[in-house]
Amino acid sequence: MKANIYRYDPEKDSKPYMQEFDIEIPDNKDIMVLDLLHLAKEQDSSLSFRRSCREGVCGSDGMSMNGTNGLACITPISAVAKNNKIDIRPLTGMPIIKDLVVDMSLFYKQYEKIKPYLINDQPEPAIERLQSPEDREKLDGLYECILCACCSSSCPSFWWNPDKFIGPAGLLQSYRFLADSRDTATSERLKDLEDPFSVFRCRGIVNCVNVCPKGLNPTKAIGKIKSMLLNKAT
Amino acid sequence: MVKQITSFSRNGLLDWLYQRISAIVLGAYFVFLAYFIGSHPNLTFGQWSGLFDHLVMKIATLLALIAFLVHTWIGLWTIATDYITERMMGDKAIWIRLPVQVLYSVMLSVLVIWGIVILWGGH
Repeated sequence: MKANIYRYDPEKDSKPYMQEFDIEIPDNKDIMVLDLLHLAKEQDSSLSFRRSCREGVCGSDGMSMNGTNGLACITPISAVAKNNKIDIRPLTGMPIIKDLVVDMSLFYKQYEKIKPYLINDQPEPAIERLQSPEDREKLDGLYECILCACCSSSCPSFWWNPDKFIGPAGLLQSYRFLADSRDTATSERLKDLEDPFSVFRCRGIVNCVNVCPKGLNPTKAIGKIKSMLLNKAT
Repeated sequence: MVKQITSFSRNGLLDWLYQRISAIVLGAYFVFLAYFIGSHPNLTFGQWSGLFDHLVMKIATLLALIAFLVHTWIGLWTIATDYITERMMGDKAIWIRLPVQVLYSVMLSVLVIWGIVILWGGH
C-alpha cells in the first residue's frame, strides 16, 4: 500500500511536501488508517500526528484521508484507499504546527464563545436540577460531540472566516444549551448569535453532516437556532 | 462586537429574512414574466408595452427591482466578506473590499432609480 503523507516542519522545511511511504500491510488485514500511520512512523520516526484513545472517543486524530475528514483510528483503509493508494493530510484550513498536527486555537475560541456550560439563575436545589425524560431526549444527537473538528475543518465558511463564524461544531453545542430545559440564558445566548457571521455565515453546504464520525447533524441544529432567532424576533 | 456597516440591514437575522423574502418576490415575478412571454408566441412591442402600462405591473416591477437590490446586495456582501479578507490577502484587503462594496451598492441603487424612471417616465 502506498501512503502519501503531508510533511511540514516549520523549523526545517521552507514549504510543505508529500512524502511517499511504501507500507506492507500485515496479513493483508483491513487495518485502520491510524495503524497505517504507526507503520509509517516505524519507517520515519520524525512523522508527527496526534492520537490518544485509538477508538473514536477522544477526537485527537481528525485528519483528511483521500480528501475526506474523519478519525484515523476508526476509518478502515478499505473505506478510503483508491487503487491501493491513500493521501493523508492535516485538517483543512487550520495552521500547521508540524506534519499532521494542527493549531486548533481558533476552533476552541469559537467553542468558548457559545458559553458551553449550563447557565441557571434559579436558586440551587438541594440535590440536583431535575429534567424530565422527554426534555433529556431533546439533547440526543447534540451532547455526543467530541470536538474532533472534522466538521468545522470541512466547512468552507469556516475556512474563510474562522475568527468570526462559530462553525458547525460550536453551533451544535450552542444548540445543545439552547435546547436544555435547565438553562435559563436562552435570550442572552440568542442575542449573541444574531450578527451576520456567528450563525448566518452557514450557507447549508452540509459538508459537516457528511464527515461527522459520530453521525451528528450540525446543519439541522443550525436550522433550529435560526428558527429560534426568527421566533424571538417576529 | 463591531457592527457590520456595509451589510444590508446590519443584522444577520434580518439579512437572512430579507434574502428569503426577496427570493420569493423575484421568483414569482419571473415565473409570471415567463408565463406571459410563453402565452404570447407572437409578442409585439404594443402588447409588451401595454403590459407595463398597468399600475399593478408597474408596482410588481418596482417591487422586483427592490427585491433584486436587496438580494444581490446581501449575496455580494457575503462573497466580498468571504474572499476579500485580511486572512486571504493581508492588510491591503480593505482597499479592495470597501471599493467593491461601494461599487455594487451604487450600481444597484442606480439600477432601481433607472427602473423607476423607465416605469413612470414619459414615452
